[in-house]
Order: sequence, then structure tokens, then C-alpha cells
Amino acid sequence: MADNIFISDERIEGDGSADGPLTGRTVAVKDNISTKGVATTCGSAMLEEYVPPYDATVISRLKEAGATIVGKANMDEFGMGSTTETSAFGPTDNPAAPGHVPGGSSGGSAAAVAAGEADLALGSDTGGSIRCPAAFCGVVGIKPTYGLVSRYGLVAYGNSLEQIGPFGETVEDAAALLDVIAGPDERDATTRDAAPEGESYADAATGDVDGLTIGVPTELLEGADEDVVDTFWDAIADLEDQGAEYHEVSLPSVEHAVEAYYVIAMSEASSNLARFDGVRYGPETEGEGDAGSNWNETFSQVRKDGFGDEVKRRILLGTYALSAGYHDKYYKKAQDARAWVKQDFDEALSEADVLASPTMPVTPFEQGESLDDPLQMYLADANTVPVNLADLPAISVPAGESDTDGLPVGLQLVGPAFGEERLIRAASALE
Amino acid sequence: MSDDAVNPEAVRHVAELARVDLDDEEVEAFTGQFADILEYFETLDEVPEVEREAALTNVMRPDEERDSLDREKALRNAPETEDGYFKGPNVS
Repeated sequence: MADNIFISDERIEGDGSADGPLTGRTVAVKDNISTKGVATTCGSAMLEEYVPPYDATVISRLKEAGATIVGKANMDEFGMGSTTETSAFGPTDNPAAPGHVPGGSSGGSAAAVAAGEADLALGSDTGGSIRCPAAFCGVVGIKPTYGLVSRYGLVAYGNSLEQIGPFGETVEDAAALLDVIAGPDERDATTRDAAPEGESYADAATGDVDGLTIGVPTELLEGADEDVVDTFWDAIADLEDQGAEYHEVSLPSVEHAVEAYYVIAMSEASSNLARFDGVRYGPETEGEGDAGSNWNETFSQVRKDGFGDEVKRRILLGTYALSAGYHDKYYKKAQDARAWVKQDFDEALSEADVLASPTMPVTPFEQGESLDDPLQMYLADANTVPVNLADLPAISVPAGESDTDGLPVGLQLVGPAFGEERLIRAASALE
Repeated sequence: MSDDAVNPEAVRHVAELARVDLDDEEVEAFTGQFADILEYFETLDEVPEVEREAALTNVMRPDEERDSLDREKALRNAPETEDGYFKGPNVS
């Protein structure tokens, strides 16, 4: 475990009696997904000792499918980061690019698959937290349509944006894990019954892109590094050789997606993370029961000690964006931008089967390179956050390596709501 | 903490609303960072008003009695309990 991929490596055996679809396969699980009887920390000191009394729905489904969970994977604290460096348990190295970050926030999950520590992994994606680490570690990651996978048992950060999704070394592997976790759940009222049109998601990994039309949003290429853009076009040329066609499209709204995303995600975070006050779970609070202190002081102290900088930053900015006098200026405008982004994507997808862009505008950062400037870090999410605002599915598949530094580059494909099979089919053509 | 006046007092005020105690160095660092981030958020002013058609449907189920988490399990992660209840700090 030299790479600090796992926060804990307790094994959870699946249902061994059945010959399930994942029997004999190992899975790493991001540490914000509840596992009954096994610590679930969210990468935070606040939950260092927290042991969930129940399984997330996706964990029950993994067990029924016969999978063996090999550990709880490292992550940015509460999912807040793009490098896995905000974890209270230290950074994770990138197995595909040592000395560099694995991306985030599901960095441990992607690294586990890249390093061969697990066949498959589960992550969660609020604004790119599956696709970014998939791109940086050279593996496949799928962010499902909002409502395809149950969020019951996922510790909430930005609950209108996030989905649990799979990682695999190949598109077919990731799709096979999606087959197991997807589907309606009475414990998550936002889930929809949207079964694949074919036999399964895995069956869609045929590599057939003959006649596929690909829209390339010019706005998502403008901010990207030259070597990333070169690798991206090489991958598009590869798809063209196999019978796909591409045309450029414009999505003017995405110019405002990063700020809209951060206002909404921070606002939701400020509300979701209000529950961490050290009463029902969390660290022992000093002065509890002392006559001299009151609850506001005690809660403020436990939250000061339990949360790291990035989490505090987002809770404070979210509290501000929702506070009297600023709600209309930030939160309401961000919701307008979200609706605009959705309209833009719907329009572009009426003229193209899928949309393609580099997953990340950059190759993996060096460890420690980017912690000092939060805004620069947020801007690196420019290509992934619009998809969460639009509730759409997306996949990141390895596109190759940068010509200049040899680091992994990911290609992102975005499809219509519940169009996962189309993405799986197209992405598998790049393998 | 309006856009043109992100100052330490404003950061302290929001931190108080959010129940997060900050030390002086954190207040100083956040003051600078929040000024940059909020200035960036200002560009939302350029977003046009958008017709939002929310196709929402209520999801209902029958209100049937069923088992919930038992008390012992629910209390297991609490730092302090008393007589089967969570114990919190003094209210006043």
C-alpha cells in the first residue's frame, strides 16, 4: 500500500454461494459509500471513527453479485477536490504517472484499478470526481445519468449533482459494474427505472461507431493545453477511421458552468455538512456538558477541528451564497445558468449522437503543485462540471499519452439522458 | 462580504453563521481567496434569464409501517449518550 490508495483495506466478501456476475472479481470502494460494520471516513478527520450501521444500496448489490470488496479507497475530503490531496489521510500517488496526483476526488478508486489492486472500483462524481481521476490514471470511468444509480448510503455533498459510478481497466469492465449497480431503489426517490435497451450495458461494448455523429464543443477545447488537444484530435481521427463523423458545435452557456457549478455545489454542501456537529457521530467534543460552554461554541470547535481547509472554504462560501441579500445574486443566477446549460446540451445532442472533448484540459498535476490557489483548481473542472449541471451521462476513456510529457490524456463522451449504451459503444471503439 | 468588500469581519460573520470556528491565519487566508472566488462568481451576472421548465413528478409510496434502525445501532457512533439518547452540549 505504498501509494496510499486505501484508507482501510478490510476485505468484505460477497455472497459466495451464488455464481453472480461479479463472482471472483475484486472492487475498491470510495470511502464516502457506506459499508455496514466497516469504517467510512469520507477522507475526513470528522468521520475517522465512523462505522455505518447499514450498507449503501450499491454495496448490497455488489455483495449479491458476488464481488469481493478489497478496501475503502482514498479521496478528497468529502469529495471536495480534484487531486485527492485534501484527504485527511494524506495524498495518493498516481500509478500511471508517479510523482503526480491521481486526480480526484475519487483518486484512490482510479489508482486502485490502475495499479491492479482491484479489478474494478466505485467512485462518486459531483462535478467530475470519477472522470478526472479516470483520465489522470489512464483507466475508464462512467458518470451515470442522474437517477440511474441509487445514492442511498452515499454521504451527501452536492446531492442534486452527484452519482455513484464505476471504474474499470476496460469499457466493458466498467459497463459490467454499471449493470450491477444501476436500477431503481425505493430508498432513493430520484432513481428511475431505465433498463438498457439491449441485454446489458456490458453487451454494448461492441466498438461499433459506423455512422456515429460526434459533436465537438469548441468552448471545451479553447482552455485546454496544446498537447492535450493534439491527443484528443488523434483519438477523434481514430474514430473517423472507423466510420464516425464529427462536426464542431457551440455551447455558449458552458462559459458560465464553472461558476454556476461551484455556487450550487457549495450551497448544497453548506446544508448537507451541517449535520456534522459531533453529537450523533464525530469526534469527542471538548467541554461537552461543561457549564461554561454553549452548543454554538461546542459545534464551532468540533467543526474547526474536524474539517480541513477546502471543506471549510466551501461551507463558508455556500453559507454566504445562500444568505439573505445574496441568494438572488448567486444561487438564483446559478440555477438560471444550470437551465441554460441543459438547453444547450439538449440542442447539441439533437444534431449529434454524442459530444466529445478532452476530459481534463491538462495532464496530471505534480504532487503539491496546486494546493495554494483554489480558484485555479476549480477552473480545471471546466469540461466535466457542465455534464453534472445537465444531469447527463458521460464516460472518460484513455485517449493516449501527451506527446510532450508522456502523461495520460482522457477523452470524454457525453450522451443524452439514459444514453449510457451509446457512450459505452463509442468509447469501446478507442480500445 | 459583498463583492467589493471582502474583509476579515465579513469572513468571521459567515463562519459564525456556519458554526465553524476559525483562527486568525485562516481568516486572513480566506479573505484573500474569497475575494478572488467571488469576483469570478460575479460573471454569473452575464447569464440571461432562462425559462426553467422543471418536469417534476411526485414519487409516492404507501405509508406502511416497517422496521427502522434499532436504538442501539443508531447510538453506536455517538461520542456521548445517556439513557438511550444522544447527549449534546448545553443549549444556553
